Amino acid sequence: MIEVKEIQKGFGDKTIIGGVSSVMETGKCNLIIGASGSGKTVLMKCIVGLFEPDAGSIIYDGQDFTAMPSVQRKSMRQQIGMLFQGSALFDSLTVAKNVMFPLDMFSRMTRGEKEKRVDEVLERVRLDGAHKKYPAEISGGMKKRVGIARAIVLNPKYLFCDEPNSGLDPQTSLVIDRLIREITLEYNITTVVNTHDMNSVMEIGDRILYMHQGFKEWEGTNQEIIHNRNERLNAFIFASEFLRDAKDMRMLEMRGKISDQRDMDELLR
Amino acid sequence: MPFFQHFGAFLLMLRGMFTKLENPRMYWKELMHQCNELGIGSLGIVAIISVFIGAVSTVQTAYQLVSPLVPISTIAQIVRDTVILEFAPTLSCIVLAGVIGSKIASELGNMRVSEQIDALETMGINTRAYLIMPKILACLIMIPLLVVISMVLGMWGGRFAGQAAGIMSYEVFDRGLLKEFIPFNVTFALTKAYTFAFIISAIPAYYGYHVKGGALEIGQSSTRAVVTSCITVLLADYILAALLLD
Repeated sequence: MIEVKEIQKGFGDKTIIGGVSSVMETGKCNLIIGASGSGKTVLMKCIVGLFEPDAGSIIYDGQDFTAMPSVQRKSMRQQIGMLFQGSALFDSLTVAKNVMFPLDMFSRMTRGEKEKRVDEVLERVRLDGAHKKYPAEISGGMKKRVGIARAIVLNPKYLFCDEPNSGLDPQTSLVIDRLIREITLEYNITTVVNTHDMNSVMEIGDRILYMHQGFKEWEGTNQEIIHNRNERLNAFIFASEFLRDAKDMRMLEMRGKISDQRDMDELLR
Repeated sequence: MPFFQHFGAFLLMLRGMFTKLENPRMYWKELMHQCNELGIGSLGIVAIISVFIGAVSTVQTAYQLVSPLVPISTIAQIVRDTVILEFAPTLSCIVLAGVIGSKIASELGNMRVSEQIDALETMGINTRAYLIMPKILACLIMIPLLVVISMVLGMWGGRFAGQAAGIMSYEVFDRGLLKEFIPFNVTFALTKAYTFAFIISAIPAYYGYHVKGGALEIGQSSTRAVVTSCITVLLADYILAALLLD
């Protein structure tokens, strides 16, 4: 479990995060959503320690990450896996070597054990035939899967995914979303996902934190988000005509199920 | 950003390199990789410019020395000292500032922009130590070796050109090479080589590591890195000459 307490972050005079608090639960996909520039990525980078917050604290299973000495923080980071927006694979290394890199750096496994572990995780992300390929030779979806494989190779307790679906087609996005969800449940890890993809919200969002201009605007589950009454969140969710139509369809479906006329009127309003 | 802010950030970057290494074997592997990339990879260009510089020096010195009172073997002496004192360390390093400097700045810049540096940091790796230190150490190991090779090839080029242009025979050139040789000149050249090796690796590393933006900014930082390195090399060249040859 990760507790974020009153995190603040600014660059120069500009405040990017203005006192955000939240709890990211273990074994669940915790989503941070919001429009571009709402501070999602900065918040995530503060949580993983890539940015130093100006105020507030981040607590990983009772351990205050922000107050840790750098040596302890370094070892803590080995429990964190992160998938970056552009995958951030090392261009000069093959897929297998990219995945093996954290093992080479931190584990005391033998060569054979490392190779076995790499095979396992690549198989887990359904990429068993791509060992010898270079990042430039594989598709965007495959890069994301290699990124996930590299993030989980050390058996982390926390998995962070920054916009895992950016630049992917809807079908591949779904594959990546489901993979993230499967891994979260299988390894019982705390997963935090930054996204503005509403499909992901509905597909994997166990807990959702909506950010608006650096502040927490709304928090809840993916069931609650449908019925939320936050105007900004609704404007964000139903920004596209297609989704507005989908909402109307869902409302019509629900109309049949709700017996109390007052409830229905309230919901529609 | 003002000069002192850059300089402060540069010093902090250098200080940040000195921490406990996560896995010394990986650092050794990276150092060897960089020695190969930056050192062996630059051997060809250094060899070519050295041979031609030596050859041109011989021909031009012969052209200027028209007095029959000066023995012809003096040309070899002049070529030897010019190559050892200036051409091999300074000119080679100016060329290497372009070759190695742009390579380091663009490689680190690309890693920064594509979040590869962030990925390493997230894993708990000190990126200053893992990415910058091996490059600087590789340059400190390989560039003095390249300068020594440049000295030898420069003199060999001069010797060859002297014979080919009918200026003097190999025997006369060799006699001139051995006449009044001052071993300190080699020490001075190597001092310059070590200083320049640090400059042409650390400055581009600073520019590359601190890139913000995208492809355009990587190109700009690469250019800035090479220009700053070249100017700093020339400045250091003058300071070292003034201090050590006084």
